[in-house]
Amino acid sequence: MFKNIKFRAAVATLVFLAALFYLIPTLLPNLPDFWEEKLPKDKIHLGLDLQGGMHLVLEVDADKAVEATLERLANNFKETLMDNKIRFRKMDRDSGKTITLELTDPGQRDAFDKILKNHYPDLSSTRSETIEGREKLYLEMNKKRMDEIKKMAVEQSLETIRNRVDQFGISEPEIIPQGDDRILIQLPGIADTRRAKNLIGKTALLEFKLVDDEHSLEEALRGNIPEGTEIVYGSHVDRETGRQTSSPYLLKSKTLLTGDSLESAKVQIGDRLGKPHVSIRFNSQGANDFERITGENVKKQLAIVLDGNVYSAPVIQERISGGQAQISGAFTMDEARDLAIVLRAGALPAPVTILEERTIGPSLGQDSINKGIWSCIVGGILVAIFMAIYYRFSGIIADIALGINLVRLLGIMVIFGATLMLPGISGIVLTIWMAVDANVLICERIREELRSGKTARASVEAGYAKAFLTIFDANITTLIAALFLFGFGTGPVKGFAVTLTIGIVVSMYTAVFVTRIIYDYLIWNRKMTRLSI
Amino acid sequence: MEFIKPDTKIDFVRWMKAAIIISLVIILTGIVSIIWHGGLNYGIDFAGGSLVQIKFKEEPEIDKIRSNFEEIGLENSIIQTYGTHELVVRTPEARTDLKELEAKIGTSLATAYPTGSFEIQRTEVVGPKIGKDLTKKALLAIIFSWIGILIYVGFRFEFRYAVGGVIALIHDVLVTLSIFSLMNKEFDLNIVAAMLTIIGFSINDTIVIFDRIRENSRKNIRMGQRDIINMSVNQTLSRTILTSLTVLMVLVVLFFFGGSVIHNFVFTLLVGTMAGVYSSVFIASPVVLLFERIKPSSRTRKK
Repeated sequence: MFKNIKFRAAVATLVFLAALFYLIPTLLPNLPDFWEEKLPKDKIHLGLDLQGGMHLVLEVDADKAVEATLERLANNFKETLMDNKIRFRKMDRDSGKTITLELTDPGQRDAFDKILKNHYPDLSSTRSETIEGREKLYLEMNKKRMDEIKKMAVEQSLETIRNRVDQFGISEPEIIPQGDDRILIQLPGIADTRRAKNLIGKTALLEFKLVDDEHSLEEALRGNIPEGTEIVYGSHVDRETGRQTSSPYLLKSKTLLTGDSLESAKVQIGDRLGKPHVSIRFNSQGANDFERITGENVKKQLAIVLDGNVYSAPVIQERISGGQAQISGAFTMDEARDLAIVLRAGALPAPVTILEERTIGPSLGQDSINKGIWSCIVGGILVAIFMAIYYRFSGIIADIALGINLVRLLGIMVIFGATLMLPGISGIVLTIWMAVDANVLICERIREELRSGKTARASVEAGYAKAFLTIFDANITTLIAALFLFGFGTGPVKGFAVTLTIGIVVSMYTAVFVTRIIYDYLIWNRKMTRLSI
Repeated sequence: MEFIKPDTKIDFVRWMKAAIIISLVIILTGIVSIIWHGGLNYGIDFAGGSLVQIKFKEEPEIDKIRSNFEEIGLENSIIQTYGTHELVVRTPEARTDLKELEAKIGTSLATAYPTGSFEIQRTEVVGPKIGKDLTKKALLAIIFSWIGILIYVGFRFEFRYAVGGVIALIHDVLVTLSIFSLMNKEFDLNIVAAMLTIIGFSINDTIVIFDRIRENSRKNIRMGQRDIINMSVNQTLSRTILTSLTVLMVLVVLFFFGGSVIHNFVFTLLVGTMAGVYSSVFIASPVVLLFERIKPSSRTRKK
């Protein structure tokens, strides 16, 4: 089958045209309308070092997610115990990972164990001690469950951040997990880094809590915080003076409703003063809860707490049905919009810290691209001229092969959605060089065969056969190195490996398949007896 | 057109001792230089820290800027010129608030230069934790790729070839690192990419010669190993020169016109390419020969 020259030429042409087809959106700045509508319009993705933008590495504090789960479990457990009339005191959380409590009646231990076993399989009692006739118990979460929560926390964070970035409208973001608890985020073309950081890094845990009006705030501020309450501050920055004011609230610890019950959040402009606020809508369950809560607490203050900061604490005037509420504050339009986005996308299951942050000015990127591209073109033309002079007609065949090679390599990169960064370009440089080398090897071999007095046809046959072995070994060795780099490397090392792998496969195909077609055509169809080499 | 006459017969193996000595001298000087400089001049990719790059309209006076920076507590920062009108300021500690650092540098410069005459082009911060991780992973990846090459070449050729090839690779990386350290250039992630390219270049070059040695050994069973190596290097010399000439041509263009961002990168490639060509001729095959003396290959003994 591969002996048939027409068939081989057809395959080569088809592959080339397919690559060119995928490359067209990258090459043409303005696509015709029909293309925009129906055909692929992905361009080559440029990495941050070439395009400019923002690069972040976040660490998910997965331990905090475990603590939060434990907190919730402890609260539920407390209620279950009370429901079952098991008497206990001093239920507390120790060092984040252990729940301690004292059973007042040691006779209830069996009943206690039964509840623990049946309803709380994630918890187990690790040890106990008896103090003054009361049994003190230590409960811990299973290791397996803890690992599960940590893993979930990272996965959910990834999903949530992806959601937020998508809604913010950044094109071609890269959000990928790194290691066990890190997330790498690359946002091309972002200029306002503070805003982006805020958007991504905000936990966005929205809570509704009642203001405690039975106890005195002053007393609590002096240190006597009543059981079941907490002091939360609401800070507020004055737009005009830039001064930050902060006022304390005494809130009931129990969270009545969280952001989980939200259905949507959007920015609205208030009627008075035209100030923006965020209007939220609960889902049906949330709306029912909200109606019940507001109904039960008319004339009380309901605090809206976001990430431990009280945004507002309006007095409930009447039972609110329909599941609508609003968060007001001195927002700018952008702030309100970003808040709506984070609320819609949901809370991060655990807080994140920024380990690495880079911003690269796009002007620098554009500058280096232009210079780099021009130098590559000039260098490439020099090589092409040189090859044509040195090997004459065969050199021109090699040049054609190299051109085809480059188009196919870039085309495949578009298809795979690979991102082109500086290391990737060095991968391309290496493969182009290997392609040049393959052509040189073939030409040199053919020359050798011609020198030993063989005919053109025999020389081409033997030259290709012998050069193929060399090209194969050299390329496969490099390919193996590239695969190892891909497997063990990260970031730039990986990027290099990807382009190198694609490049090697492509250039091997060109060297032994495409150029051969031209020679065979000349020798078999045009009956050429003298090679220009 | 031909550069090398087909009947060229240079006794390359004769130069083997001298070549090994020259290479050792370069590498040892490099090691001394690395120790002297207290390690490589790591960029913030590896060392961690903050980086601010500023572009000026006119050529900036470094001394003036340095004294300006001392006033704002940046006396520990390294100020380097970058291109003709650009400065790179690196501070060792990783600042979490880049905007603050940018503003600080901006106001400090504004006292000495009129607004509009400079522009802060990029700011980066890398935690040292990341730097350590990256260094370790990049290094591991490279070492594993060497092992991969060792296994494949050992399998396709013979073990002694694999050893020769990998030694040539390590040689090229070490020589490049040595010269890098001697010039005290900044070592960052892009340089790692360049090193990877050098490894690819070097192994490709070496395999081409090995392939010829293998072919010639099969054809001329009676010929001594030394003559076979000489013959093979001579036969591939035309290709070696041609290929490296083309790559050097591109690199030289990139070096002079590619812009400051890829300057160090291209420099590394230039040095590495030359080391690669040199090592595949003078180091890789002689090592095979050396290895043959210590432990003759099973294949020749059988014959």
